[in-house]
Amino acid sequence: MKYSYYPGCTLKNKAEDLDAYARVSAKALGFELEEIEEWQCCGGVYPLGTDEIATKLASVRALNDAKEKGRELVTLCSACHHVLKRVNDDMKNVENIRTKANNYMDLKEPYAGETTVLHFLEVLRDRIGWDTLKEKVTNPLKGKKIGAYYGCLLLRPGKIMAFDDPENPKIMEDFIRAIGAEPVIYPYRNECCGGYISLKEKELSRGMCEKIEDSAEGFGADMLITACPLCMYNLNKNSRTDLPVYYFTELLAEALGVKDEVKKQ
Amino acid sequence: MQRIGVFVCHCGTNIAATVDVKKVVEMALHEPGVVHAEDYQYMCSEAGQEKIRAAIQEKNLSGIVVCSCSPRMHETTFRGAAERAGLNPYMVEIANIREHCSWIHKDMEEATEKAVILMRAAVAKVNLNTPLKPGESRVTKRALVIGGGIAGIQTALDIADAGYPVDIVEKTPSIGGRMSQLDKTFPTLDCSACILTPKMVEANAHPNINIYTYSEVEKVSGFVGDFTVDIRKKARSVDMSKCTGCGVCQEKCPSKKTPSEFNRGLNNRSAIYTPFAQAIPNVPVIDREACIKFKTGKCGICSKVCQAGAIDYEQEDEIITEKYGAIVVATGFDMIKLDAYDEYAYSQSKDVITSLELERIMNAAGPTGGHLERLSDGKAPKEIVFIQCVGSRCADNRGKSYCSKICCMYTAKHAMLIRDKYPDVNVTVFYIDVRTPGKNFDEFYRRAVEEYGVNYIKGQVGKVIPKPDGKLLVQGADLLDNKQILKEADMVVLAAAIEPNPDVRKIATMLTASIDTNNFLTEAHAKLRPVESPTAGVFLSGVCQGPKDIPETVSQAGAAAVKAIGLLAKDKLLTNPCTAHSDELLCNGCSQCANVCPYGAITYEEKEVNDHGIREVRRIAVVNDALCQGCGACTVTCPSGAMDLQGFSNRQILAEVDAICR
Repeated sequence: MKYSYYPGCTLKNKAEDLDAYARVSAKALGFELEEIEEWQCCGGVYPLGTDEIATKLASVRALNDAKEKGRELVTLCSACHHVLKRVNDDMKNVENIRTKANNYMDLKEPYAGETTVLHFLEVLRDRIGWDTLKEKVTNPLKGKKIGAYYGCLLLRPGKIMAFDDPENPKIMEDFIRAIGAEPVIYPYRNECCGGYISLKEKELSRGMCEKIEDSAEGFGADMLITACPLCMYNLNKNSRTDLPVYYFTELLAEALGVKDEVKKQ
Repeated sequence: MQRIGVFVCHCGTNIAATVDVKKVVEMALHEPGVVHAEDYQYMCSEAGQEKIRAAIQEKNLSGIVVCSCSPRMHETTFRGAAERAGLNPYMVEIANIREHCSWIHKDMEEATEKAVILMRAAVAKVNLNTPLKPGESRVTKRALVIGGGIAGIQTALDIADAGYPVDIVEKTPSIGGRMSQLDKTFPTLDCSACILTPKMVEANAHPNINIYTYSEVEKVSGFVGDFTVDIRKKARSVDMSKCTGCGVCQEKCPSKKTPSEFNRGLNNRSAIYTPFAQAIPNVPVIDREACIKFKTGKCGICSKVCQAGAIDYEQEDEIITEKYGAIVVATGFDMIKLDAYDEYAYSQSKDVITSLELERIMNAAGPTGGHLERLSDGKAPKEIVFIQCVGSRCADNRGKSYCSKICCMYTAKHAMLIRDKYPDVNVTVFYIDVRTPGKNFDEFYRRAVEEYGVNYIKGQVGKVIPKPDGKLLVQGADLLDNKQILKEADMVVLAAAIEPNPDVRKIATMLTASIDTNNFLTEAHAKLRPVESPTAGVFLSGVCQGPKDIPETVSQAGAAAVKAIGLLAKDKLLTNPCTAHSDELLCNGCSQCANVCPYGAITYEEKEVNDHGIREVRRIAVVNDALCQGCGACTVTCPSGAMDLQGFSNRQILAEVDAICR
């Protein structure tokens, strides 16, 4: 199975690990991530302005590229996933944006939200399946108590993201079980880390991150996993606690026994 | 040729402000058959009806058209007026120029044009109307009440007291309903069991009341005055005539791990059980899913210990068929599931409970023996937070759009009772608005605040956060103080929205009674016929019609009983003459009409017909007038046009369409 793949800018520098472990894991699981050509930055933040389209065009290009190749589009970074998914929803359901974007793009055929956008975790859940993943795990991470940190971008707005129940998600917990570890459920797993506010008001974001980590630790987590480079940054650099935080793909690669392939590269 | 009179109503300004009524009168006089037309301010008034009578008699009218409000409102009124003037009531047509016209248009010219067209269509129909005579049907003088909660019990008692036999069908093993689960009742704080149990006993002992518990309505056929109902009496596995209610079987039953429905799953019950001590009847049932004997074939302890020999593992479901004149629905409510509200951590913490669960905890016969304690560790709470409107008044589609109506009052009750019994416990209530319309209700709420020191905070809660030390953090907003609040609590109580019992959909379908988008049964008229379903002979009692507290439920239960008694007191009912009939020369016996008939009114007969001199025996559709409700489904289905509906014949309807298109 081949998917179109949109890595996004952060995965090309700060979050190279998130990308690299995903690629080796995909290979081990028998599917291919084909990076789309000439993708551009999604902008990192979903543009709420409804009267301009320039900030949405990068997403539309990526979405349309997948459509033309007849493939589903896979993302990894929570922010990219959020932007692409919401722009896709606009193209499908908001006539004004669809018309303007298509007029500007001058595509062979107008784009109207046909592409299915999947987060890597959704590929694991909905395309591979937890049972199959469990079978492919050669190095189950027994004894590890892992707190899933969802953050906000993957879950909300719930209707458009349609990722999981925003108040009581379980996709990451199911993932943790599938790789042989034990999930730790803690109430702050779906709360915001502060996101970009850390650039302006470090203390505010620090308070939010410490609440998350204290809560996770309090319920017995040895580590956190995340899919978001910005969450990773805030939880690591913007918190006094030293709870380790990993990209979920790193633990996936480890469980599948392919982690070393990344180091070799 | 008919002599038709047209009467155009102003309805004050309701019609006249948007429709040029004089113009409608003038245009009417050009229509074929119209010999008289006039307008009047209120045609439904005494004076208006007098005008109709006078015109019928003076102008010798053979049919009339009243251009006014919806026929649902005043068709009966005008038919009555016509009848008193000596005209057959089925020679009256209503052109609805209010709901269908003046109320929905703004432009006078457009509205007037439409009113004229509606009038024209009605005139075209009356031209083809023929006098119809209603038949008669008998009334079975027995009522069925579906649901044995306080609503059903009260309705049954009132009907029975009036001298008519009543059957109550209750799904669970005992009557009593939600009220039996409550500890105290607002605003007087008398104990729920103390006021309910005597009524349960009275219903059980009443010579005119027959109670089927652990039973469900399975099938309903027939119509007002003459319903036939199949009741499934589920196998109790206990012989009711032998059981003495000693309770030894429940004590000795080794299977004790089924969550108790009555205690909202807070503790367990045995496989053979009565839901609560005061159950009526005081005869247990065996839950066959949980019973070891039924699952493995081994055990049989209850049978061994039963002195009366009442245990009967072989018992089977029984179907009872009974005839009724009236049916009252009193199926009640349940609390919504809280799956969509996980921000309150209901599924994550045992110390987040619903208000109904708190009722059971506060009740001396409940799972904690009436001691207020945390379900997680049995400790006495010091801080309790109540959250109101969980799923009520919901703007998105997660919950219910309506106000559940009872929560403000029972939350005030809980808060007050806790402060009274445990003065060292702090109680905080988060609310959107406090709604206390009702006799002595606001005084009750103010007592909670002023005398009992309950801390009310206007604002909603965003999240309940279970802490590793077992406490709960309640994150909310104080809108009056414009502050974020983070409050530590030992227990959180959710006032979950109430919704109609999920079984009501099934029952409404059997009764062809309509329900709204929230599954509440619809009343025939929101203001003027609030306890009647639009389906004749079906009445509504209690929360199945809309959220209500106990005093309101009891009043409505009495009102439903009065309506049912009014029906049962009649010996005969006039039937609707607008029924279908088939033209035997056109009918080819294809059965399509019988397939679509929702009332089972069509059968087939082998009949000799004389088709232009050719005599032969053909299979022909025959309509039972008593069963036909005149819905018209058969007339549009019939491929050969043999089916026709009296009063709404194909010719009449096409004449209306022609008149509209002219």
